[in-house]
Amino acid sequence: MSDAVKELAEREYRYGFTTDLDEDRVPPGLNEDVIRIISQKKGEPEWLLEWRLDAYRAWLKMREPTWARVEYPPIDFQAITYYSAPKSASEGPKSLDEVDPEILEMYEKLGISLVEQKRLQGIPLTEEEQGASRVAVDAVIDSVSVATTFKEELEKQGIIFCSFGEAVQDHPELVRKYLGTVVPTTDNFYAALNSAVFTDGSFCYIPKGVRCPMELSTYFRINAAGTGQFERTLLIADEGSYVSYLEGCTAPQRDENQLHAAVVELVAHEDAEIKYSTVQNWYPGDKDGKGGIYNFVTKRGLCEGDRSKISWTQVETGSAITWKYPSCILKGDDSQGEFYSVALTTNKQQADTGTKMVHIGRNTRSTIISKGISAGESQNTYRGQVKILPGAEGARNYSQCDSLLIGADCGAHTFPFIDVRNPTAQMEHEATTSKVGEDQIFYCQQRGLSEQDAVNLIVNGFCKSVFRQLPMEFTVEAQNLLNLKLEGAVG
Amino acid sequence: MLEINNLHVEVDGKPILKGLSLSVPAGEVHAIMGPNGSGKSTLANVVAGKDGYEVTEGSITYDGKDLLEMDPEERAREGVFLAFQYPVEIPGVNNTYFLRESLNAIRKHRDEEEVDAIDFLDLVQEKAEAVGLKDKLLERSVNAGFSGGEKKRNEVFQMAVLEPRLAVLDETDSGLDIDALRTVADGVNRLRKPDNAFLVITHYQRLLDHIVPDVVHVLQDGRIVKTGGKELALELEKEGYADLA
Repeated sequence: MSDAVKELAEREYRYGFTTDLDEDRVPPGLNEDVIRIISQKKGEPEWLLEWRLDAYRAWLKMREPTWARVEYPPIDFQAITYYSAPKSASEGPKSLDEVDPEILEMYEKLGISLVEQKRLQGIPLTEEEQGASRVAVDAVIDSVSVATTFKEELEKQGIIFCSFGEAVQDHPELVRKYLGTVVPTTDNFYAALNSAVFTDGSFCYIPKGVRCPMELSTYFRINAAGTGQFERTLLIADEGSYVSYLEGCTAPQRDENQLHAAVVELVAHEDAEIKYSTVQNWYPGDKDGKGGIYNFVTKRGLCEGDRSKISWTQVETGSAITWKYPSCILKGDDSQGEFYSVALTTNKQQADTGTKMVHIGRNTRSTIISKGISAGESQNTYRGQVKILPGAEGARNYSQCDSLLIGADCGAHTFPFIDVRNPTAQMEHEATTSKVGEDQIFYCQQRGLSEQDAVNLIVNGFCKSVFRQLPMEFTVEAQNLLNLKLEGAVG
Repeated sequence: MLEINNLHVEVDGKPILKGLSLSVPAGEVHAIMGPNGSGKSTLANVVAGKDGYEVTEGSITYDGKDLLEMDPEERAREGVFLAFQYPVEIPGVNNTYFLRESLNAIRKHRDEEEVDAIDFLDLVQEKAEAVGLKDKLLERSVNAGFSGGEKKRNEVFQMAVLEPRLAVLDETDSGLDIDALRTVADGVNRLRKPDNAFLVITHYQRLLDHIVPDVVHVLQDGRIVKTGGKELALELEKEGYADLA
């Protein structure tokens, strides 16, 4: 243990456990007592508390990773509040006047109602607005009844879909069996931190042979607002089942928590398929990158059974810093992993994202399609690893990493790692870097399109093979989001 | 319709057009011929409004309006069409979709309603057949993986759908075999109307066998050095450009 960490650990203990349990928030800082409070608040069983504490002790010995191509000032982990009940109104902006006007403009363009805008920004609603909001939502999509119908329909098929906290209470055996099996507590610095302090998230179990009848997005988007900064998701697809899961929101979301460190674990048993789609549009900060979210996420899927399949699709447009590598462990024979990604960075955003495909089973296959778009002064990095272990007879990988640059001040970087330990493996890797060409823009203008429309068209064309993977109703939304983000990125 | 007066244009400080004057009335087809490096493509690009061409002197008016004051997309919406010498590829953007966006941008400018999807499909089928563009190219990305001839046909196809008032064809014949040349020419001839005009830029006379011009101009070293009827093209074919200097 380094001196600094030792000092930190000692300092924590010096303060000890002084917080009244009835308080809805604990003071900033992290120590074992804070973890005990979180666990107690959530009414967790002893084994889960121990699991958290193990993670915390491991975290103390770990160092923040520095290999990513991102730069940010040091994070003071003792300045973060790790548990607080629903945020008090005094912390957020009190009215829309205090919100970044560019965000408001974006809401306007996405057609988000004023009340919804306030909700997304965490501004307290008046009683009248709360009433109006319920009425409006009910009138449009009848959210309460829709949600109930969904829940009934899911339960009928034996599908469990609930918050992580509920799962710990109602299905402890499943949580205990799977938690940490794909992303161990000691996996990396942020995963360890998440394991120690996560407060909630989502849990999903699809029983044997069940094909989930709906995109879990719809339900999720109605119910799971504000799941917090250390989110934990666990999704299990039992033998022969199928589920498509969508997280995220196209509307820019504000959060006073600058650091986000989520963990997502997926397990696919024999012949099961999981399709996991993400649209991420966290607040990227102002034009200079000030105040944006740091998104340090660990997402991994385990293709446990033979012929299982896990597919990640992501559209990353937000956050000041993105550090994210949704990965697949291809353990079952003939299992498949896929990664489709669009990462757009503008202004001073930094993204270091990609995937890992670890081939363990025989005849395992993986596909990687990554599209990075950089504009402004942003930096966009693809980092990927394809590993073929000795037992992975007949494994195949196809990787395609394309970068598109808009303007002269941005950067695109590609770091592919390929590690092959079985001579029968077949690997293909293609990479291109191109600039949105003046000739392309002029061609479009000569056909009557404005410069901005031309850029949108070219970028959307560039991303097409990834957008095609998104759930259908979300493709158009994702395209509009990209267009909005690109506004003013040229010229 | 198109009036070019004493046009001087520089590229990277180097004078390319040196006092070019030209008048193309509605209903006529004018051919611009000239050797390599005489400024033919520069003329096409300046009319279309491409960046990087500095007009140091002179004027271009189109329908009485100052063309040089207009953005490229505005010129396009006003009915100026350039069939590119080297059409660019736009990967991932469906050829038909692109053309519909284009047509709608032009229609919107004219305060017309956007074209109905079904009507548009009919229009596209009809025009594609007319210029001999294969159906499968309609579904592909704009010019992506097209052969040289297919790209040129695609330009003429776009022109047929958009029905411009002034069409500038920049070496549309280069790289075409004789059959392709004939279909492309047929496409142009079908569009000839009393209220539109063509500026056909070419290095060779053979295109003009099929698109018979009303007037032929010879461009040399940035100026029109000779103007005549369609027979001038034949003369040039025989004598070459050297004798004109």
